Parts: sequence; C-alpha cells; structure tokens
Amino acid sequence: MSIKLDGVRKAFGARVVLDGIDLEVHEGETVAVIGASGAGKSVLLKTIVGLLEPDAGRVTVDGLVVAELRRDELYDLRRRVGYVFQFAALFDSMNVFDNVAMGLRRITGMGEDAIAQRVRDSLSRVDLSGFETRLPGQLSGGQRKRVGLARAIATGPKYLLYDEPTTGLDPVTTAVIDDLIQRMARDLSVTSIVITHDMKSAFRVADRIAMLHHGRILFTGTPAETQATRDPVVRAFVEGRFDLVGTEVS
Amino acid sequence: MSQGWTGPIAWVGRSALDTAAVFGRFGNFTGALGRALPDARTWGRLVIVQMARLGVESLPIALFIAAFTGIVLSLQASYTLTGAIPTYFVGTLVGKTIILELGPVLTGLALAGRVGANIAAEIGTMRVTEQIDALETLAYDPMSYLAVPRVLAGLVMFPVVVVFADAIGILGGWITAINLLDLSTPEFVRGLRIFFDPFDVRFSLIKAASFGLAVTSIGCFYGFMTTGGAQAVGRATTQAVVVSAMLILVLDAFWAVVLL
Repeated sequence: MSIKLDGVRKAFGARVVLDGIDLEVHEGETVAVIGASGAGKSVLLKTIVGLLEPDAGRVTVDGLVVAELRRDELYDLRRRVGYVFQFAALFDSMNVFDNVAMGLRRITGMGEDAIAQRVRDSLSRVDLSGFETRLPGQLSGGQRKRVGLARAIATGPKYLLYDEPTTGLDPVTTAVIDDLIQRMARDLSVTSIVITHDMKSAFRVADRIAMLHHGRILFTGTPAETQATRDPVVRAFVEGRFDLVGTEVS
Repeated sequence: MSQGWTGPIAWVGRSALDTAAVFGRFGNFTGALGRALPDARTWGRLVIVQMARLGVESLPIALFIAAFTGIVLSLQASYTLTGAIPTYFVGTLVGKTIILELGPVLTGLALAGRVGANIAAEIGTMRVTEQIDALETLAYDPMSYLAVPRVLAGLVMFPVVVVFADAIGILGGWITAINLLDLSTPEFVRGLRIFFDPFDVRFSLIKAASFGLAVTSIGCFYGFMTTGGAQAVGRATTQAVVVSAMLILVLDAFWAVVLL
C-alpha cells in the first residue's frame, strides 16, 4: 500500500499553490519533499490526510481515495497515519502523557493500563522517558517536536507525515530528529513523507527526494541523483545559490 | 483610479456580501454543530469540565454585579416611589426588574465578556497553532471535542448562574431596604410577592438559556474562523464579545415581544 497523488491541484482564491502534483510514495519508502518556503509543501501534506480538499485530482492512501471517504472512514484512515506538525501542535492544556494518549483514547476497547504502557513505549522511542507530567510550555523546541513524534507513532501508524520536523532547531537537535526519523522508518517499517527545506536532513533521511516548484513536482530522484542533477532550480536549492536561477526559487 | 460616486455603492455592496458570507459560514457552523451532537462519546465527560469553567467560575463576577444592581435598584425605587405610592413597592420593583430584566441581561453581558472572550481566544489560539488540525489527525471531530461541550455547558449553566444572580440581586435590594431605607422585612417581602408570577422565573430562565446558547456558539464560531496569528486571535475575541453582546440585546427584545 502506498500514498499516491494524481494531478492534485489546490488554489486559495487566485493563488494556485498545487498545480497538478503527481507523486507516489511506495510502501516502506521515505520521501523528502523539498521546496522553497511558501511553495505549498505543507498544503501537499494536508491534502494527504484530508485536512484540505484538493480542487482537482486524486489523493489515494492505503488504496482509499481520501476525498471520497465518509467522515468515519476518514477518521479510520487517519488512525493509520501519524502526522508530525511543524511546531508540534501539542495541546497546551495537557501534559505530555495526555498529549501522547489522545489518539489512543479513540481506540475502542483500549484500557487505561494499555494506554499508559503504549505512552511509555512511545516516549521511550523518542528518548523522553520520565517527561510524562511536564506541560508543553516546560519543553524545549526539540523536546516538543519529539513529543509530537511520540504522539504520532503511539497509535502504531503505517504512514508518518513530517511537516518540517527540523525547522528552527540547532544542528545537534536536527541530527537527533533525523536519527529518530530513520529509526521510525527502520523499526516501525512505516512509509514516510518528510517535508523540509533542510537539504542535509533530506539527504540523511530520504530514500528519494522530490522537489516542489511552482506548484509542480519538478524533480524526483535518490539523494545521489539529486546531488548529481544539472537542473538549475534543484541545484540552486541544494547548494543554496540563488545566482543559478536569480530569485526564481523563492 | 478614483471611484467617484460609485465608491459608497461599492462599499455598501461589499459590506452586504461580507455580512452574507458571515451568515453563510455561521449556518455551516451550526450545521456541523448539529451533526456533532450524536458523538456523545467524545463530548460526554467534557461537558462537566466546561460546566465548571463556564458556569461555576463565572459565579463570582455574576453575583458581584447582581448584588450591586440590587442595591442601586432599591435606592432608585425608593427615590422614585414617593408620595401616594406605598414604599413596599420597592420590593416589587426590585424583584420584577431583577428577575425579568437585569438579572439575565447583566449576567449575560458580563458572561459575554468573560466566557465568550475566553472561548474565542482559546479556540482561536488552537486554530492558529494547528492544535485543531492535530485533533483532526488524531481522529477527533473538533466540533464534538471543542464546540459541543461549550455550547451545552452554556445552555445549562447560564440559567443556573442567573438563578443565583436573581437571588443575590434581590438579597442586595432587601439588605439595602432594611438598612438604608425606612422599610421592614415584611414590607419588602410583601412588595416582592404582590405581583410575583412564577412565569417571571421561567421567562428569566428562557432568556438566560438563549443567552448561553448565543454567547458560547458565537465564541466558538469566531474561534474556529480565526486565521493568521496573535492579531487574528485578538480580533476574533473582540468580534465574539461585540456580536454576543449585541445578540443578547436583540434576544432580550425578542423574548419580550414573544413572551410578554
């Protein structure tokens, strides 16, 4: 089973953000989607879980066309998809334990003991054992992102979607998060999409890299192919050189 | 390019369209609220929490306002009722005015500020920090989780708060009457009972329930509609309070026309 986008188009008023996206992420694969700020990377991710509905085209997850699902079917699908938000999106009023337990409490028949065990396991996977009683306001940026990841993996998803997981983090914490993404893919055998504009991260975690540019997938390739490509826009992004394409990238 | 004389017409047109759009969005919101009602598994235990937050925690401000309203009403009634009108009518005026009008309306307006602003700011902040999207990804319907418990709590707790406010308002009027005016307790109670009709209490409770529904649903609506950042949360909060206050006054007139 995989994630597949066929001709996905999304506009906000006159501004076309996604203009016919075709992308397939195969089972067990980690694909990094790179692109400039405002290129529509987060919009792309939100269409996959049905937070945004495409104006045209089709998003298929686990063999199901997202836009055609009834609300209960959509929620059923979302239980199979973990979503890590850019700024973690932790619930301010809840401690770490309750944040991670939120998704588990939707699973019928799961008792409090089983939930507590799963929360401890998930926190342990992101190296945050013992943080259960802390409030989100008492955590650093990196810790918040790790709690967000623990919350996403707690329900045992088949798919993990990361929205800029390393944005705003120092290089060491970025490496920690990258390592976690790799561990999740390896240990949990999940299919992942990582939205990022951090090329080091993309090279570290991805099996394939796709570049989103002007609403379309401009390029897809392995990290080695990405580094070797002659495409000026991709090279400009990879090397951080606007002189290759002027200001076109941003 | 100058719009000349068409400018005001264009402004009226734009305003009309914007207003129609808000009504449309509110219609969608109430539809979604209705569809979320059967999901009691999600909102069931949260209603109790919201009843405490919206109702019990609002009691101090509501009772403070009611007590001073009762004091002032008692003094103003005594000032107004001079000459041939018996002084025990102070009790009548205090009771009728508090129960029929000032108890529910002043409590409603105070809670529009406290509860409406709180709801709009909380949900608005959750919207702009993607916490509502996070709820969705965890398979929670945000309407069931956030809106329904607040609206139901408002519907139930506003009348409860108003009952206490009515009682404290009358108590304030009574204490003032026996201490500052030449009125005895039996006289005040006589005035209170002489035109008392149990319907007055029902009228007060109906108004309070409708105010609770209005304040909480408007607060939730503006919270959910928030887009942007901190400034947008502030704007949503202000709009929620202003619209709730206006709606309270409109509903006040509506119930007077329909029920009295």
